[in-house]
Amino acid sequence: MNNAIEIKELSLSIEGRQILENISFGLGEIGIACLLGPSGCGKTSLLRCIAGFEELNYGEVWIKGIIASKPNHHLPVEQRNIGMVFQDYVLFPHMSVTENIIFGLKDQRATRIKERLDELIELFALEKHTRKYPHQLSGGQQQRVALARAMAPRPGVLLLDEPFASLDIQLREQLARELRSILKQDGITTIMVTHNQLEAFAMADIIGVMGDGKLRQWDTAFNLYHEPKTSYVANFIGEGVFIKGEVINSIEVKTDIGNIKGHIPHNFEKGKKVRVLIRPDDILHDDDSKVTAHVRGKAFRGAEFLYTLETKNGLYLQSLVPSHHDHPMNEPIGIKTEIDHLVIFTDEEISI
Amino acid sequence: MTFKNFSESFYSLLNLNFGLLKFSRLNLTLIILALFFCIPVVIVCGSLFFPAKDIWVHLIDTVLTDYIFNSLALLIGVGFFSLLLGVIPAWLVTMYQFPMSRYLEWAILLPMSMPAYIIAYSYTGTFDAAGPVQTIMRELTGWEYNDYWFPEIRSLGGAIAMLSLVLYPYVYLLARASFIEQSICVLEVSRTLGCNAIDAFRRVALPLARPAIIVGLSLVLMETLADYGTVQYFGVSAFTTGIFRTWFGMDNSLVAAQLSAILLLFVVVFLYLERRSRKQLAFHHTSNRYSPLLKQKLKSSSAFFAFVICFAPLLFGFILPASFLGEWAISTYSEALDIDFYILLLNSLSLAFVTALLALVIALFLVYMNRNSHLFINRFLVRFISLGYAIPGTVIAVGVLIPFAWFDNRLDEFLTLHFNFSSGLLISGTLFILIFAYLVRFLAVSINTVEAALEKIKLEMDEVAKTAGMSHVSIMRRIHMPIMRGSLLTALLLVFVDVLKELPATLILRPFNFNTLAVRTFELANEERLAEAAVPALAIVIAGIIPVIMISNSISRSRPGYE
Amino acid sequence: MKKTLTIIIFLIFQQLPNAAEVNVYSARKETLIKPLLDQFTRDTGIRVNLITGKADIFIKRLEIEGENTPADILLTIDAARLVRAKEKGLFQEVISDALNKVIPNYFRDIDNHWFGLSLRSRVIVFAPDRVNKEELIDYLDLANSKWKGRICVRSSSNIYNQSLVASLIAHHGINKIEIWASRLVENFARPSKGGDRDQIKAVAIGVCDIALVNNYYLAGMLESSQEYETYAAKKVKLFWPDQNGHGAHVNISGAGVTKYAKNKEEAIQLLEYLVTDKAQQWYSDINYEYAVNPEIKNTAILGIWGVFKSDDLNLSLLGRYNRDAVLLMDRVGWK
Repeated sequence: MNNAIEIKELSLSIEGRQILENISFGLGEIGIACLLGPSGCGKTSLLRCIAGFEELNYGEVWIKGIIASKPNHHLPVEQRNIGMVFQDYVLFPHMSVTENIIFGLKDQRATRIKERLDELIELFALEKHTRKYPHQLSGGQQQRVALARAMAPRPGVLLLDEPFASLDIQLREQLARELRSILKQDGITTIMVTHNQLEAFAMADIIGVMGDGKLRQWDTAFNLYHEPKTSYVANFIGEGVFIKGEVINSIEVKTDIGNIKGHIPHNFEKGKKVRVLIRPDDILHDDDSKVTAHVRGKAFRGAEFLYTLETKNGLYLQSLVPSHHDHPMNEPIGIKTEIDHLVIFTDEEISI
Repeated sequence: MTFKNFSESFYSLLNLNFGLLKFSRLNLTLIILALFFCIPVVIVCGSLFFPAKDIWVHLIDTVLTDYIFNSLALLIGVGFFSLLLGVIPAWLVTMYQFPMSRYLEWAILLPMSMPAYIIAYSYTGTFDAAGPVQTIMRELTGWEYNDYWFPEIRSLGGAIAMLSLVLYPYVYLLARASFIEQSICVLEVSRTLGCNAIDAFRRVALPLARPAIIVGLSLVLMETLADYGTVQYFGVSAFTTGIFRTWFGMDNSLVAAQLSAILLLFVVVFLYLERRSRKQLAFHHTSNRYSPLLKQKLKSSSAFFAFVICFAPLLFGFILPASFLGEWAISTYSEALDIDFYILLLNSLSLAFVTALLALVIALFLVYMNRNSHLFINRFLVRFISLGYAIPGTVIAVGVLIPFAWFDNRLDEFLTLHFNFSSGLLISGTLFILIFAYLVRFLAVSINTVEAALEKIKLEMDEVAKTAGMSHVSIMRRIHMPIMRGSLLTALLLVFVDVLKELPATLILRPFNFNTLAVRTFELANEERLAEAAVPALAIVIAGIIPVIMISNSISRSRPGYE
Repeated sequence: MKKTLTIIIFLIFQQLPNAAEVNVYSARKETLIKPLLDQFTRDTGIRVNLITGKADIFIKRLEIEGENTPADILLTIDAARLVRAKEKGLFQEVISDALNKVIPNYFRDIDNHWFGLSLRSRVIVFAPDRVNKEELIDYLDLANSKWKGRICVRSSSNIYNQSLVASLIAHHGINKIEIWASRLVENFARPSKGGDRDQIKAVAIGVCDIALVNNYYLAGMLESSQEYETYAAKKVKLFWPDQNGHGAHVNISGAGVTKYAKNKEEAIQLLEYLVTDKAQQWYSDINYEYAVNPEIKNTAILGIWGVFKSDDLNLSLLGRYNRDAVLLMDRVGWK
């Protein structure tokens, strides 16, 4: 078992309700994974299973080559050597920043404790706050202290439960990137839970998209976006619409907005009716194009407009257009498709 | 000039005079009310300004060291044991599931319904040298009294034991409320950081519960200092017995008041330490998320220990003494349950209830006044009133009698002079003065409890409500009350039970033909007619039980998500 | 709830004008005095309003209440408190032939401020199997080292002990009694605890061999319905101290009419009632005290102990030396 974390066919039900079903994945050393999904999909429960707060009904959890959870075997939380950061940080109010951070280091020699403390303080830029108490810190500072505290004992895996949920939105992406670099620097395996894609994209090496207690796809952000394996993932990640199409050959599909060609062959037979995923970045603004569509909606996004367009056939598409092209509502604009990845699903798959 | 005009101009006069200090009318009324309750404390403290050298020389030469030593020993002993007996079961019962834990949760509060002197009488009656236990032992073994060693119940150690057994529920109550309220997340976090159950308790749960525990402990210590019945019966010379003796035996009220002032000193020290530690730590909720509290089921060996630890205080503090009393009651009940007894019962219950209600309402007013204003005088007054708890009932009674009798006499003079009408003693000699004395003594209890409860509600919540257009009263009713319900019931219960058990002030101040269960029990026991004392004693205990159960339930229910 | 309120209000404003009544502050316990008072009410129709408590407390209360005190009578269980009340000017003079005829003059105040109603004596009880009756003499002998570790006495805060010591001071002077008291304390078998009945029980078990108690406690125990009390009482015997000297120390329960009594006539009626033969007999039969009326035949129990010589010390001296007694007992460590 080379992976730092290995989950095998994990299932969890509580009071008759199935919370998690047949989850399997592995995460290597120093890897940062993110469990992404809407509220109620079970991602926090999965995290708590790994932490040891929940006992699973079926399957296995391995942490650093040691079996931590199995149906009749459950290693207690305090013996798993994990670090966890809760959603509202839950710092110990009766302890200073320093005392919070070194809380898990009680068994070590004083010099080593001091060393590790200094390391973390520098890592998280907390020099000015060491003597303060949690109620004297801002949200961002509290988060850093919570992280430092969890990382101090060098746990085998770090578990983060929506760590950015209480912070300012603009800061989140940037903080996510900073945190990623800190985690890489400290060399710690991490699993994060969030419902926010941008955080996931910024933080993770690999993302697990979850829905209804199942792991839908375990892949890189890029692949999830451009090669979603199920329509669920396709719907959840990024934006887009499905349009009707008919298979021409193994890499080409005919649609109402033209024939679309991809690179990777698929298995559908010729003539099959399928749905094609069209992302906003697949539709480009082209004044020279003969194909036009009317602007039915505009969402300003700073650098771009997200236009909702209606084609002559009544098809609704979305397009990301640089924002200095400010077209008024209901005006026709020329569009062309530029699709590298052909993502198609059958009608039945769409409804899953 | 109508009364309204008069009061308005009075207030505006005050506002003018004080200039920058703006008192609302309500605030001013409350201040005056609060000052009322400070009178006895002022009188007691005021006695310090009158020297009485020769008596003090005598006291120092003879008994003062005893008083100090014994009182200190009581404080330390009772403090230590009530912490032990209160905190550990509170933790076990909150976190774990073990046989009977659901019942022990509230049953462990039962000793609170026993007055200390009653449990003292019942243990003495049973375990004393002349009692059945030792008598049977001597018969069986043929030993004489001097041949064996048996713990002497009537001693300092015995007094410590009796008081601890009866007072630990205060600590238990507050510790448990605090443990329940702590976010489960704090404990989970500590587990991820390598703490096992004991470490999590020691390093996290306990420190977080500290302010609540200290409040409970300070109540215990103040009750200990105020106890008279137990120490007197056991022959322990402590400050209370000394005060009684000096006051009545030596007929020196001045020195007795001065001794009381020293007693107060102890209490002030406690209160100061408590306030200081509270200020340093901001103990708001650690997290606003609540997960349901899943109790861990204990394995059989730990479960057994947990059971024993939680059952023992209940056994010694309630079950045993209640059964001794029960046995005595059975042998005397046919004579004891007459019409006099039922009148007694009614008297005691209604007196206790009315007082408890008043105490709660006044405490709410005072605490709210403090919360919404930053005036030093408000805080100071509330603190000052809390000192009333430390003053023995006897002292308060006289501290209350003097001003009221003075008032009554002056009023009578005035009315006789101007209207040829003698009012006699209007206030003193009625229940009013008795209830007032109770309030002086027990307001501290409801103030403390209400304060602790209100502290948990952030001021921001009030601000949110105000922006939604809610008035102060609305905020109190619709936001604070539901959250504080458990604590308010606690406050009501604590005062109710305290009044039921109260003895010295009742003995002194009660009106003609008015007796309470406590007085009856005391008189009978002091005539060494313990068996007959058992019936009224049990009545006190039983009456005190139902609120105990109520209280336990409402604490559990007040935590969101707890079942 | 409403009912409770009405009852409370009613109880609070109890100043309802009534038929004839008399208000009593009593240091005698309710169970001991109420039956007699109820009988008085039945016989005369005068209602008695009663509060019981410690005499010291009532004295304080009378002082504070001043002219407006509701109390008409102060009933105490010892002479020293009556003297103290008189010294504070809390009583008024009562001229009553009935009282003066029945009560011997050394059992009432010289200025007719207070009157003794019943007698009790502080005696020595001993365990006959461990103590030779010949060894017992008087109170002073108790300081003898032969009694070391064999004596039980209750606390010095009890008024009976204070009065005993006061009477000894009156007879022998402070210095001599201080020495006596310190030796007495050294002879204690255990630190003072409990009441007189406890001391009797202690002798019965063997904790100590002799004790100083009031005689009516022993009588009460002999007649008790509780088996362990009769058992203990039977194991000890009573000794009248100092029969060849001043006589056994005697104290009284008594009463006086308060200075500002509102129901003076009724109060005097009550006092006179308490010295009627019927009442005096009741004291003797039910409370096991000696009637202050020397003509009354004492109940069988009291008769067993025979006639005794009682100290005829003027009881006001018990009041005079009370404070000295208390300070003395403090100094010798009699707790």
